Amino acid sequence: MITLNHYLALGGLLFCIGLFGALAKKNAVAVLMGIELMLNAVNINLVAFNHFLEPARVTGQVFAIFVIVVAAAEVAVGLALVLNIYRRRLESNVDDLDWMKW
Amino acid sequence: MPDTTALFFWLLAAIVIASALAVVLLKNIVHSALFLVLTFAGVAGLYILLSAEFLAAVQILVYAGAIAVLIVFAIMLTRRGDIRASNLFNVNYLAAAVVSLVLFVIAALATGRMTWMTTTGPGPGSNVGAIAEAFLGPYAVPFEVAAILLLVGMVGAILLARGGKQDQ
Repeated sequence: MITLNHYLALGGLLFCIGLFGALAKKNAVAVLMGIELMLNAVNINLVAFNHFLEPARVTGQVFAIFVIVVAAAEVAVGLALVLNIYRRRLESNVDDLDWMKW
Repeated sequence: MPDTTALFFWLLAAIVIASALAVVLLKNIVHSALFLVLTFAGVAGLYILLSAEFLAAVQILVYAGAIAVLIVFAIMLTRRGDIRASNLFNVNYLAAAVVSLVLFVIAALATGRMTWMTTTGPGPGSNVGAIAEAFLGPYAVPFEVAAILLLVGMVGAILLARGGKQDQ
């Protein structure tokens, strides 16, 4: 029998994998991929709460759709930033993007 | 019925976790992007198990379709050097691993000792209809704000990716 805790554990594991990817990668596109994994984990939790705690309403699913909208806007702007930085500096390594550090 | 649900849950969970690990651990960023698509498809299957069919369709369309194409385009346009070593770890990957592991242990302990008051009532008759009523009823203003956010994000992304004319 699959309970809510199974889904929460799966979401937590996926979130931590995404966090590791976002923190430990050199390439800026790989960092964005880690952030996408984290947002997906949050969506799994929201939909699981909706299904197990309040199945007659769709509040969690509506919230998950808002998360998807924000994720789409975030990844579009983030990748545009990466492209622009690459065009000026010929690199997409986040370790070298430190020219605001004085 | 619970047997097939459990079987599909473990199958999809294994696919999602394995491909997420592949996204993080592989050294070729093109392979990482392809495994990211597999992760998104597995999450869409989990939404179907949770009886959120509309959200599963949105997940396939937006994540496995649009965002994956965007990421592959960004990889293609910023490719430089050897593609086989394009997705390496930075200097503090050990600290990142420790932070992620500690966070997972804390979250697992916290959710493990919770007892949820789960109810197993029938869902709304039509998933799409219920979401449409929610968006056009109590969530109308957040819906419009999200639309404006998407428009602003799209215009900003086009402006940023096009680059300024004056410095070329």
